[in-house]
Amino acid sequence: MRGSISAKGLYKGFSTITGFLPVIQGIDLSVASGQFVALVGPSGCGKSTLLDILSGFLQADRGEVTVDGQAIDGPGPKRILIPQRASVFPWMSARRNLDFVQHHADEAEKARLTQHYLQLVGLQEFQHAYPFELSGGMLKRLEIARALLVKPDILLMDEPFGSIDALTRLKLRNELRRLLTVERHTVLLVTHDVDDALHLADRIIILTERPAQIKHIVEVPFGHPRALASVELATLKNEILTDLGVSASGPEEAHELASRHVSA
Amino acid sequence: MTVSSDATRQRRFGLVSRIWKYLLPLALIALMVAAWWAAVTISRTPYFPTPLQVLRGIVELLRNGTLVQHVSASLMRVTIGYLAALMVAIPLGVLMGWFPRVFRAVNPLIQLLRPISPIAWIPLAILWFGIGNLSPIFLIFLSSFFPMVVGTVSGVHGVEREYIRAAMNFGITGNRILRLVVVPAALPQIIVGMRIGLGIAWLVVVAAEMIAIDSGLGYLIIDSRNAGNRYDLVVAAMVIIGTIGFLLDILMRRLEQLEEVRWRYAR
Repeated sequence: MRGSISAKGLYKGFSTITGFLPVIQGIDLSVASGQFVALVGPSGCGKSTLLDILSGFLQADRGEVTVDGQAIDGPGPKRILIPQRASVFPWMSARRNLDFVQHHADEAEKARLTQHYLQLVGLQEFQHAYPFELSGGMLKRLEIARALLVKPDILLMDEPFGSIDALTRLKLRNELRRLLTVERHTVLLVTHDVDDALHLADRIIILTERPAQIKHIVEVPFGHPRALASVELATLKNEILTDLGVSASGPEEAHELASRHVSA
Repeated sequence: MTVSSDATRQRRFGLVSRIWKYLLPLALIALMVAAWWAAVTISRTPYFPTPLQVLRGIVELLRNGTLVQHVSASLMRVTIGYLAALMVAIPLGVLMGWFPRVFRAVNPLIQLLRPISPIAWIPLAILWFGIGNLSPIFLIFLSSFFPMVVGTVSGVHGVEREYIRAAMNFGITGNRILRLVVVPAALPQIIVGMRIGLGIAWLVVVAAEMIAIDSGLGYLIIDSRNAGNRYDLVVAAMVIIGTIGFLLDILMRRLEQLEEVRWRYAR
């Protein structure tokens, strides 16, 4: 299986009107193929910039990124980025959006794959609908289907549940987990929601305030499905929140907090 | 409350709102015509015609075939000038919007020429193309070119970065991004430019025909005034110009209902 990522000594900054703004400062990262890694950090710390570098849309000022031992040179279908804002094409129906990305496939194969992925994300009866006719959750599912369809080695997800209501978010989280059991990919998820990270990831990387550095790496050695209300996960959550400077409560309080959160 | 009574209520509501949709503007037009009629009758002006005289004028122009002749002459000039402008403005606008170097090179010239009223070009148009069809066609070309090029550039500049990045991510490159992503994404804005361009073209053709040629609706206005102060025919031509302009706008609005651009207008 392919899709291992290695980043060494990454530095990235931008020139602004007030001077040079360092965004990423010396990040070393190693993700095994098939692993699900969540990047958690304060808002504006450089998580999205890191994802842009890993997807090939941005070049690091210093450092090296390799995928399966090969240096990356620009974006490509082996590393699909799902951005925070919808990127499905609004002038195409759901079906055409999926057909469009299979530009090398023949018509029969195209139709078969499109139907398969529409079914996988539960959008088959909305295949003729345009993105503006779909709900936020459906739109995200379409986006995920389009990404999975090209069989990428790596999925890079930038706050995929960012603008979605709490209930849909919960459903989508479960759905993503289900999809990833059907098809295994290396996943890098950028999120500011610790629950998302704990629910989905094998490993959580906590970043500092900008310029981003790795502050702490938390392994999540639990199988799926996970109960966020469990003492182990509540303790981990508290540990992460403390790292992020949000909470300093003990495990019991964290457990109670997590239970309340889940029941809400 | 039963489902069928709900449906009846909805149908009734739909009918009422449809009636209001047409009734209100028609009532306003009727009010204006009434005010015009009253003003002419009260002032007893010997020159300004009543709505009925204008209507008779339209019938007269229809009967002697002049109206069809002038309308087709104007429409022919607008069609040629407008289509020529469309064929240059949209590709140029796409290139300017997509390639920063082309934008930097061409935009100053566009912005320099754009504020010059097409009417100001009339002397030069006559000098270059003489009295005939070419002068008004050139003026129509000029007048519709600028709104279309500006609309297209702004449409391309406004294309969401996410769409372009998504296309690149899925391995679509070069001209295919331009053709399959940038142009469709900019299309709603391009259509706005096309609509404004056609509106201006129709304004300009009348002005150009008043000076540079001896046929068309503009010429009909000048000729009617010169040939014995036939203000009934002057206003008749004005009514026809307004009506055709209105119909052209309806035609352009239909473009906004195309499947490919419906997303932009969906609420």
